[in-house]
Amino acid sequence: MTDRALAVVRAGALTTVQDRGRPGHAHVGVPRSGALDAPAAALVNRLVGNPPGAAVLETTLTGCALRPRCPVTVAVGGAPCRVTVDGRPVPWGAPVDVPAGALLDVGAAEAGVRAYVGVSGGVLVEPVLGSRSTDLLSGLGPPPLADGTVLPLGRPGEPPARVDVAPQPAPAAELVLRVTPGPRADWFTPEALRVFTTLPYRVSSASNRIGLRLDGPALPRSRTGELPSEGMVLGAVQVPPEGGPVVFLADHPTTGGYPVIGVVRAADLPAAAQAAPGTPVRFTAVRRR
Amino acid sequence: MNVLRVGDDALLVEVASGDEAEALRAELLRRRAEGSLAAREIVPAARTVLLDGLTDPAGVARELTAAEVPAAPPRTGDVVEIPVRYDGPDLADVAAHWGVAEREVARIHAGTEFRVAFCGFAPGFGYLTGLPARYDVPRRAAPRTAVPAGSVALAGPYTGVYPRSSPGGWQLIGTTEAVLWDHTRVPAALLSPGTRVRFVPRGHRGDP
Repeated sequence: MTDRALAVVRAGALTTVQDRGRPGHAHVGVPRSGALDAPAAALVNRLVGNPPGAAVLETTLTGCALRPRCPVTVAVGGAPCRVTVDGRPVPWGAPVDVPAGALLDVGAAEAGVRAYVGVSGGVLVEPVLGSRSTDLLSGLGPPPLADGTVLPLGRPGEPPARVDVAPQPAPAAELVLRVTPGPRADWFTPEALRVFTTLPYRVSSASNRIGLRLDGPALPRSRTGELPSEGMVLGAVQVPPEGGPVVFLADHPTTGGYPVIGVVRAADLPAAAQAAPGTPVRFTAVRRR
Repeated sequence: MNVLRVGDDALLVEVASGDEAEALRAELLRRRAEGSLAAREIVPAARTVLLDGLTDPAGVARELTAAEVPAAPPRTGDVVEIPVRYDGPDLADVAAHWGVAEREVARIHAGTEFRVAFCGFAPGFGYLTGLPARYDVPRRAAPRTAVPAGSVALAGPYTGVYPRSSPGGWQLIGTTEAVLWDHTRVPAALLSPGTRVRFVPRGHRGDP
C-alpha cells in the first residue's frame, strides 16, 4: 500500500475538492469557485505542511470518511466536528498522523456547515484552468466525491506544523454581514433599503455553494422593468422578484439580471459559508474602504 | 461615463449600447496589457463593463468618470466559422416572427457577421449580436428542460450556441458540431468577448 491515494469510504451529503479557485475567467462565463471558507482551507494546509493553494476536501454538514493508501498527515478545520482514526478520537484543528489503510472519519458538523480536510501532499486531481476546485454551477473540475472514489495525492512537502490545536473562529449564533450599498440600490424603495439593513433574515436550507439564500422581509422595488445582464461579483446580494435575497458565494454566475442591492465584505464571507440553515442574519451598512 | 462602485474593489461602468461596451472593453484590455490598469476581471455585459479585483478602485473610478467612451476599435482578428445545419425545432416559429420562409431564416442568419458581445450562463456560452433589431425574437413561453449541446438558438437580440446540454428558453434554429468549450484546449472557449463569428450553412431541415 505505497500508492499515494485516498479512498472515499463515505462521501457524506456533499464533499468536493477545493483550492483557491480559478479567478480571471469570468469574461468567458467561468465562476471563480474555490473553498468557501478560504481561511479554514488555508489553515488545514498549513497544519499538514502544504502550500496554501493545495487542494483540500470541503464537506457539507455530515462529514465524510476516508482511507488513505499510504501514511499521511491530515488536519480537519472549519466546522467543528468529531474526528476519529479507526474509531479512536483524535484532535480537530491539529495535524494527525493516519497510517496507511486506517479509517479517518470526519463526523457531522457540531456547529457551522463545512469542514475542511487537508492531507499532506494535497489532492492531486487534474486541474482545469489552473484549479482543482469543483464548480457546482458550471460542472468544471472533479465531480463531487462518491463512495468508492479514489483521489490521487501529491508528494508531501514541508514537515507539518508543530501545533497542538490551532485557534479557529467559532460559527456565530447570529451572522452579521457588513454590506456596501449598490450598485443597484436605486432599484429599491428607501423603505426596502432600511428594511434590508435593519430587520433580521434567516439562512434558508436552499443555500449552496452558489449562494447563501435568505428568508425574510420582502424588498420592494422602486421601478419596474428588467435590468440588462451585468457582471456579478463575489458577495453581491442579488434580489430576485420572488423570494429573498441571495448572497453570492464562490460558484456564483458571472453575469446576472437581477438588481444587486449591496455587496458583502469579502472578509465576512467565510462566516457566511459556515452559517447553518435557520441562523439569524443581519446586514449592516458600512462605508466603502 | 457613469461609474458605479461595487463593493470594495470593483466598478461597474455603464454605457449606452453594446457597441460602446465593446469599445470600452477593448480599451480596458489594452490598458491592462500595457500595465496601466490592474484588474483581475474585465467582464463586459449588455450595457456595462465590470472591473473586479482593482488595486485602486477610487482612482480608476475618478478617471473613467471623467473620460469619454473610447472610439470603437477596427474589427480585426480572425472570423470564427461555425458550421450549422438549420434544422431546429423552432425554425418555423422564428420564420413566422420574421415574416419570412424557413429557408430565408437560414439565409439571413448565415449572411450576418456576428460579434460576441459577452459571455455568461455557462462556460463558453457567448451572447452574439449582429442581426438587425427587426429580427429580435421573444424567448419561448415554456423553457425546455434539456436543450441539446450544439443547439444554435435565438433570444431577444442575441444568437447563442449551447456548449453543453442544459435547460433553456431560447428558440432553437439549428445544430452545430463545433466544440464551444473544451477545457483541455487553449483557449478553452471557442468564443470570447469581441470574437467575430459567421455561421456557415451545412444543410437545412428536409435536406437529404
